[in-house]
Amino acid sequence: MSGRRHTIWWIVISLVVAVYALFPVLWIVSLSLKSAGDVANRKFWPTTVDWSNYELIFTGAAKDLFLPALVNSIGICLIATLIAVVLATLTAYAVARLDFPGKKFILTMALAVSIFPVISLVTPLFRIWSAIGLYDTWVGLIIPYLSLTLPISIWTLAAFFRQIPWELEQAAQVDGATSFQAFRKVIVPLAAPGVFTTAIIAFFIAWNDFVYGISLTSTSAARPVPAALSFFTGASQFEEPAGAISAAAIVVTVPIIIIVLLFQRQIVSGLTSGAVKG
Amino acid sequence: MSTRLSNRAKGEMKLGWLLSAPAVIILLAVTGYPILQAVYYSFFNYRLTDPDNRFVNWGHNYLVILTDPLWWQTIWVTLLLTVVTVAVELVLGFALALVMLNALKSVRPWVRTAILIPYGIITVVAAFSWKYAFDLGTGFVGTWLSMPGFDWFGDFWSSFLVICAAEIWKTTPFISLLLLSGLAQIPGDMLEAATVDGATWWQRMSKVIIPNMKAAIMVALLFRTLDAFRVFDSVFVMTAGAQDTATVSFLTYNQSIGQLQLGMGSALSVLLFLSVALICLIFIKIFKVDLAQARGE
Repeated sequence: MSGRRHTIWWIVISLVVAVYALFPVLWIVSLSLKSAGDVANRKFWPTTVDWSNYELIFTGAAKDLFLPALVNSIGICLIATLIAVVLATLTAYAVARLDFPGKKFILTMALAVSIFPVISLVTPLFRIWSAIGLYDTWVGLIIPYLSLTLPISIWTLAAFFRQIPWELEQAAQVDGATSFQAFRKVIVPLAAPGVFTTAIIAFFIAWNDFVYGISLTSTSAARPVPAALSFFTGASQFEEPAGAISAAAIVVTVPIIIIVLLFQRQIVSGLTSGAVKG
Repeated sequence: MSTRLSNRAKGEMKLGWLLSAPAVIILLAVTGYPILQAVYYSFFNYRLTDPDNRFVNWGHNYLVILTDPLWWQTIWVTLLLTVVTVAVELVLGFALALVMLNALKSVRPWVRTAILIPYGIITVVAAFSWKYAFDLGTGFVGTWLSMPGFDWFGDFWSSFLVICAAEIWKTTPFISLLLLSGLAQIPGDMLEAATVDGATWWQRMSKVIIPNMKAAIMVALLFRTLDAFRVFDSVFVMTAGAQDTATVSFLTYNQSIGQLQLGMGSALSVLLFLSVALICLIFIKIFKVDLAQARGE
């Protein structure tokens, strides 16, 4: 009896949460399917489903702007995330587990870097990148994205590492494992949920960037989606660019949904293996 | 005995720096020079379009900014936005983390994905969605609330409300994710023991769950607050600073990129940085959580 009531409760809660989280997305979907005449009708749903906004992005005038940007964003953000998470894991382990002078400096420095306004970093970076040929390249964006993602990755992982039961690592060291073996065999599996959570956050931060993307690129060679979107808005000849922007927004949301689903599974398996530790 | 200890300490130091070096080098290289340049330029009268008229004016930029009511108005708006959004996000984020943790197994992946999607959506895009929802030209909200003629972006408080709503919707998953991982690391037997002992839901929450995830809460709060204080994209898209909704970041952008006042913009960047550093300091003092303090607790 109470089990069934419990189930119904959770179904209701899940539905409420889903509506809350997806309603603005649904609104963008609806807006993207409105015809030029419908966009300003001030209603939630379109009167007729119209695909012209999508045609503009995939086969129309905005194609050459939008599709390469999608590839750039996915590639650049995945590479930056991978590097950031690997480096941050090493650093966070050192900071959380080892006793050495300078770890306070590392955390403070990471924090200082992460709180410095990006807007003031961009102008000098633009000059350096132009001088050494990194302007408008993937590497030229991956490096600043590392500076966006590394600090929070280090801090987040250090917090996770502090909550891990250290006796296990000490036990491994007593059993003859070196510090590094203890790290790889004991801590990494325990830290997996934290590492995957960090990976998701790092990816979203890179994916979300707008200031670097628009300042350090000039062509479709490296221009990421958010920057391309702003060009797209300006280039559009529509009276109201809302429909076209919405269509582009929906397209860039699809890889996000895929990645969340992909990592989501990893988090769950990480959580269950982490639960064994007790 | 003492030599063995010092050898061990030496080994730890070596390993510690070996593991940290790549990240530290990248962070210093990418940000060190630009940060120094921002501080340096903040003491100049320097407009990019007028480079011949560049000279050191010492603290004049700072004096101009700190005596301008616009600066204090901007600080106030930014602080208000930060406090409102972070407070709502912490409560909402914790609730959503509990939902992600406890939802029925059959729908859990879908609920989790749904909760995470707003955070994956580009801020600029999310801001457009909320803007178009309320906008006089395209918005359905006015129609739904039977106030069709109301211009949401026509005065401060309604604009502020919409900006807050967009920010909260977009960034709450960030807090939820961090809190979820904190929740997941609370030992299950500890909770079971509390339940067996007859602890109520609220007692389990306040005596077992929250104290055990203090570190996760601290990190989530700290980074959200710092991010909220630098809010830029939403303001840019929704109001472009109209109706007194300009934030400190937006003001900085307007000076350095918009008007190419490099000296004044750099001074604003430094002040923004200092404000954020102050918030950070207050946070660490209140929570008294020291991430560098590693083992032996």
